[in-house]
Amino acid sequence: MELASLSANLLLVSFIAYLVATMFFGGAVKGTNSEATYQNNRWGNIAIVITIIGFISHLGYFVLRWIATGHGQAPVSNMFEFTTAFGMMIVGAFILLFFIYRTPSLGLFALPLAVIIIGYASMFPRELSPLIPALQSYWLTVHVITAAIGEAILAISAVAGLVYLLKNIDLTKKSKQRFWLESVMFTLILVVGFILSSSTFAVMGYEAKFTYVNQNEQQAQVVYNYPPLFGMNEYESLTPDKMTPLAEMPAIVNGKTLTTLVWSVATGIVLYLLLRLILRRPVATLFQPFAKKANSQVMDEIGYRSVLIGFPVFTLGALIFAMIWAHEAWSRFWGWDPKEVWALITWLFYAAYLHLRLSRGWEGKKSAWLAVIGFIIIMFNLIAVNLIIAGLHSYA
Amino acid sequence: MSKITCQCGHENPFGTVLCERCGRPQTEEAKKSKLIDMRYEGSARRSQTYKKSIVDKIWNFFSSVKIGVSIIIVVLATSAIGTLFPQKLFVPAVREVDIAAYYEKHYGTAGVLYYKLGFYDMYNSWWFITLIGMLGISIIIASIDRVIPLYKSLKKQRTKRHVSFMRRQRIYGLGTVADADMSMTKAEEKLKALRYKVKTEDGAILAERGRFSRWGPYVNHTGLIIFLLGVLLRGLPGFYVDETLWLREGETRAIPGAPGYYLENNQFILDTYSKEDDAVFSQAIDRVGTIVSNYQSDVTLYKETESGLPGQSEQLEFVKDYSIIVNKPLNFDGFNVFQMDYQLDELKSMTFQLTEKASDTSLGEFTVDLINPEPTYRLGEGTYVELKDFYPDFDGMEDGEPKSKSPIPNNPAFIFKMVTPAKPDGEMSFVEIRHTLETEMNDYKATFLSAETRDATGLVIRKDKTLYILLLGGIIFMIGVAQGSYWNHRRIWIQKGEGDELFVAGHTNKNWFGLKKDLDKVKDFANLPLYEDRQDAESSSDEVKGDNS
Repeated sequence: MELASLSANLLLVSFIAYLVATMFFGGAVKGTNSEATYQNNRWGNIAIVITIIGFISHLGYFVLRWIATGHGQAPVSNMFEFTTAFGMMIVGAFILLFFIYRTPSLGLFALPLAVIIIGYASMFPRELSPLIPALQSYWLTVHVITAAIGEAILAISAVAGLVYLLKNIDLTKKSKQRFWLESVMFTLILVVGFILSSSTFAVMGYEAKFTYVNQNEQQAQVVYNYPPLFGMNEYESLTPDKMTPLAEMPAIVNGKTLTTLVWSVATGIVLYLLLRLILRRPVATLFQPFAKKANSQVMDEIGYRSVLIGFPVFTLGALIFAMIWAHEAWSRFWGWDPKEVWALITWLFYAAYLHLRLSRGWEGKKSAWLAVIGFIIIMFNLIAVNLIIAGLHSYA
Repeated sequence: MSKITCQCGHENPFGTVLCERCGRPQTEEAKKSKLIDMRYEGSARRSQTYKKSIVDKIWNFFSSVKIGVSIIIVVLATSAIGTLFPQKLFVPAVREVDIAAYYEKHYGTAGVLYYKLGFYDMYNSWWFITLIGMLGISIIIASIDRVIPLYKSLKKQRTKRHVSFMRRQRIYGLGTVADADMSMTKAEEKLKALRYKVKTEDGAILAERGRFSRWGPYVNHTGLIIFLLGVLLRGLPGFYVDETLWLREGETRAIPGAPGYYLENNQFILDTYSKEDDAVFSQAIDRVGTIVSNYQSDVTLYKETESGLPGQSEQLEFVKDYSIIVNKPLNFDGFNVFQMDYQLDELKSMTFQLTEKASDTSLGEFTVDLINPEPTYRLGEGTYVELKDFYPDFDGMEDGEPKSKSPIPNNPAFIFKMVTPAKPDGEMSFVEIRHTLETEMNDYKATFLSAETRDATGLVIRKDKTLYILLLGGIIFMIGVAQGSYWNHRRIWIQKGEGDELFVAGHTNKNWFGLKKDLDKVKDFANLPLYEDRQDAESSSDEVKGDNS
């Protein structure tokens, strides 16, 4: 148990390190005027050192947890473990690209993304869990780690794309692009809304228990960690002192998921509106000054380069290794399981990105938008496919 | 069609944009442009040249990247729709009516629509397969259309390029240096140190690196085509076996799809994690409940001896003992046997007692084997029970007749004829597990005493000769995609102009940042003129000011 708690502390250290490093990257960007001075600036150097310390601590979390489980496979077998590892790999991918291009603007946006992702991961059960038979294979380690590294490198492409867009979209005038950029900001705020509301009720220790009748007309139990807005089908409360649901849902709708969703979205909207009230302009404008110093050409290049580096890794991990393992564990290399299909969709999407860029000259804004959409697909595969669409990969 | 003769004297194929040899623009459009389009080296591609006949039109359709990307997007979008609700494959129903009802029950109106539009079996639909086929054709034609002319023009390129070619490159510089010859010599030295292949000709340098990366896309496309062909081959008989086998403990059965092989199930084991042995996981076990740690079938594989007649189980030869667990299939002769499913505590046999109701005295016990029941059970002189009918999986009455849902003894029901010396004509009784039905009042009854159970294992037998083809396709794809992504084709041209004037130009298929870094090193070492990146308005000024190295 000691190993496990030490590992949890290391994760906390890395979380804080990323936050601090973000501020130093901010200082690096703020304090410089031109591209030349911006590259080897003291703030930037401190920031990358802190990032690396955070990354090493994060790696420490990973290794200790690996040892603590004792089942021999890497700790990537449920939502918390995978998402945390994914955050780590995003930081790793950022460090790699930082040393090629030396641009602090990238860190200023990549690290907060990693912070949000780790925060999101922590909303899921964190205890050590044993492996079900299907996962007892070294392919778990090989397939998941390779796929996650690929996805993390592809995520950096989206970060570079976002910086590019923030810099190059005119936010003073109404336009479609401004609307969509603001929507991306809004989505990020929604995730923060989920983390905030979920951790608030978790700290309060909120729990409401119900019995209900599920889709197969069987009695089942459910525990809500949010005040229940929507009840499950034919629910009956086991904790009468807690809030009574406002409405009962039919069996095909999961009232608990809907409750979590509505709470998170509501918190996100309130946060967003508060920001708008304070700022009196699009939230994107808050971040724009930090992107202004970046060189568009370099950001475009990083965006493209990270797809080039990430795409083969993703193919190897998420398709080829996946197929080899699927053949061994499930007797078929491909079975149109939703997770498989979404990995294929991601792959096809980046294939389209590469073809559009190579042959049709989609560079700059178009390419940046594609990178952002690609990341949305990756996150959809991580979040929605695991939590909403039922399939063989629903482990969380 | 006539050839195009360039001013340099080289004969180019019809449709050429840039002279293969010296790079001079050949079309009016190219002559007017500030930056030339360097994709495929301005070579003559069939699709850009011939546009008349039907064959041309089909060729041009499939060679277009726009069409290729459109097909990709359509496949992507339809695949996504297919994950909205579970596919037919995952629906626990067989008959079309039941499948339709399933979608309606679970997903309401949207489910009905999903079923009606055929999205419930998306990936086997004719139009989805057609789309994949079109994608395959597009990959082949688009690759051939590009790779051949590209290969030819890269092979024929001359070291010395015409100034009009240099001037239209994205990386371009012109300036007077102190000593042009000295700079040329030093540039050559530095470029070689940077592992460029350097060619010189009459005051011109062509430094080239990583040309093989240009073939990456075509190599990976070849891999994809091999993969798709592998998938196609599975349709042929003999290439692909996919069978299910349910095997009860103690049973030996012929392995479907693998003639001559038999499998015996010695034992099926299901283990779960316990809080005592796996203390680190106790929290998770508390939260989730039972977590399975292992499914395992201990089996023995037999092979029919050559001399034996087919189907004669006495002629079996032991091959091996094996424990099939998830992730560790049994392998033999190209077949794989996978642990896929199980059924715990399946009824094996049931024991009954024949009793006289009035005195409650036993006339004896009998045991019915639920897989191979006997027709009669003798209990003594003149006393026997006849099994008139047997319903292994009794599912209620239909038109006054009992019916069985399946041959698996999940809910056995029997019609017994009980014959005793007192009732030589016998009495009929319908017996279910907790229920007895009599047509008339009987004097005797068969009471259920006990049941024996055993586990059954669900195995899947696969043989897939195409796997190696698929793997080969995958490996070739990976080689190609790495080749095209991790290396790039960089070229630097340096030429002498008037006096000590030097032209510098550079091109790369990707990673301009890397090319510029190389060029900066050469520039500083050999004192070359400044160049500019004509697509980067922001940093060119910076570059002039700044020390970037």
